[in-house]
Amino acid sequence: MTTSPNRAGYLQLAPGLILVLAAMLVPLFLLLVASFWSIQPGGDIDTSFTLANYAKLTERPGYAQIILRSIGIAACVTLVTILLAYPLAYFVAFDVRKHKLILLILITLPFWTSYLLRVFAWKVILGWNGVINSGLTTAGLIEEPLAFLLYNPFSVVVTLSHAWATFAILPIYLSLEKIDRNLISAAADLGDGPVRSFFRVTLPLSMPGVMAAVFIIFIPTVGDYITPALIGGPDGLMVSNLIQAQFGKANNWPFGAAISVVSIVTVSVIALVTVAGLRRFAGSAR
Amino acid sequence: MTARRGRRLRQVFSSGYLVYLYLPIVILPIFSFNDSFYISFPLQAFTTRWYEELASDPSIIAALASSLQIAAATALISTFFGVLTARALTRYRLRYQKSMLAAIMLPIVIPELILGVSLLVALNQVGLGLGKWAVVAGHTLICFPFAVAILLSRFEGFDLALEEASLDLGESPWQTFWRVVFPLALPGIVASVLLTFTISFDEFLIAFFLSASEPTLPVYLWGQLRFPKKLPSALALGSLIIVASFIVVTIAELMRRRRTGWGTK
Repeated sequence: MTTSPNRAGYLQLAPGLILVLAAMLVPLFLLLVASFWSIQPGGDIDTSFTLANYAKLTERPGYAQIILRSIGIAACVTLVTILLAYPLAYFVAFDVRKHKLILLILITLPFWTSYLLRVFAWKVILGWNGVINSGLTTAGLIEEPLAFLLYNPFSVVVTLSHAWATFAILPIYLSLEKIDRNLISAAADLGDGPVRSFFRVTLPLSMPGVMAAVFIIFIPTVGDYITPALIGGPDGLMVSNLIQAQFGKANNWPFGAAISVVSIVTVSVIALVTVAGLRRFAGSAR
Repeated sequence: MTARRGRRLRQVFSSGYLVYLYLPIVILPIFSFNDSFYISFPLQAFTTRWYEELASDPSIIAALASSLQIAAATALISTFFGVLTARALTRYRLRYQKSMLAAIMLPIVIPELILGVSLLVALNQVGLGLGKWAVVAGHTLICFPFAVAILLSRFEGFDLALEEASLDLGESPWQTFWRVVFPLALPGIVASVLLTFTISFDEFLIAFFLSASEPTLPVYLWGQLRFPKKLPSALALGSLIIVASFIVVTIAELMRRRRTGWGTK
């Protein structure tokens, strides 16, 4: 059946697939299994099957609230990131002629610097005695520091939109770049104004990039740990902090596993539904 | 008229956006030379004492050493796997090619926290301990998709005829690989090594769960952030990491976009 050159291809593909299988799929499966275990009073793990962890999640509204809040914050971050990134991507794709490559590298560079450090920097910038507040005070523009800057969902959205910027700009730029310019001038010839042709041609055709951005930003953001832990404050607490606590201080791995499973499943379903919706919109261009 | 105004608006917006992108990266180095425990304006006198404090701390050196080892191992392994995978996907027509590529890219989408805790559970079940190798396993997993993406774009531009010519001229597949494929792919390979090295070196969350008693530099830094007195030296350490990443990544980006391979011209 398979010819021998193709066999070489499968052989070369095997190590990578085995890596993903062994380091991701098997551990994820074990996480799922562990979510049906329980913890004994002494702290030992009881491996007999139980739904107690999931029951606990549904019984106490606090957990559902935190999961919902994480999803809300992640949705907000995704939306803000894409809305901010789109004009920049458009600018690079349609307006920039010279030095496009340098501009693209310039946009990519911040992404490669440590995420932890960037979050730390935002904490320093937005803090009570931070760069913005002390700067405005020194300049005589305000007398009291602005308290709304740090330790709330707003600061989380600012920081995460910054963290994910590149992941929105690049895919949107790539899909804008691919658009056949004749289509846009055709729309103009047929009497569409710039706004109308943008919503009827450019935007729908750039949807693949937007969909990629939604996928890459939304799912990891729900599980983000560093930002809520460092600058979220009590109202910015997210599900990852809850999960980490179960694997850390609370030392209840099975419950931590159950929270992980519930959040990843919920989030994946939401992401898939959103992308399906966007795909329909993209189809409207044809 | 409106078209020009639109362009002008986008230009202003984009400049502002770039300032937003670079703000945190510029702020850290500025305040790392500021002679005060408080990170706020107005700036005090210029000092290098936070950097001197760093050099005299043996636990930083230890953390740096484990970070470098982990990043080097991760970069080499994930790039090696990446070369094989990218070649398999471009050179052959395999069945289920798209689904396989999707499976390979999956680790980018799954939250690192989930990857971290699931590896923690798995390593415990299998009875393998935590430590440097556990971190290398986790980092290789998240770096692998990046390596594949970088190398795919390199291999896609390949002229298969060159390879066939070499085989026709009597070179063995092994010789062909080293004398034709490897030199052509080298800029991509170097870019992949550098970028995966950077990802691993900067990664915090997976290392936080798996490094156990051998903290990496980011894990060590995380511990320091709790102590207000340590913040200035954390700033100094952070600035050094940022400058190093910038240099490495700039080289990698230039490499990646080279049109011709080494040894061909």
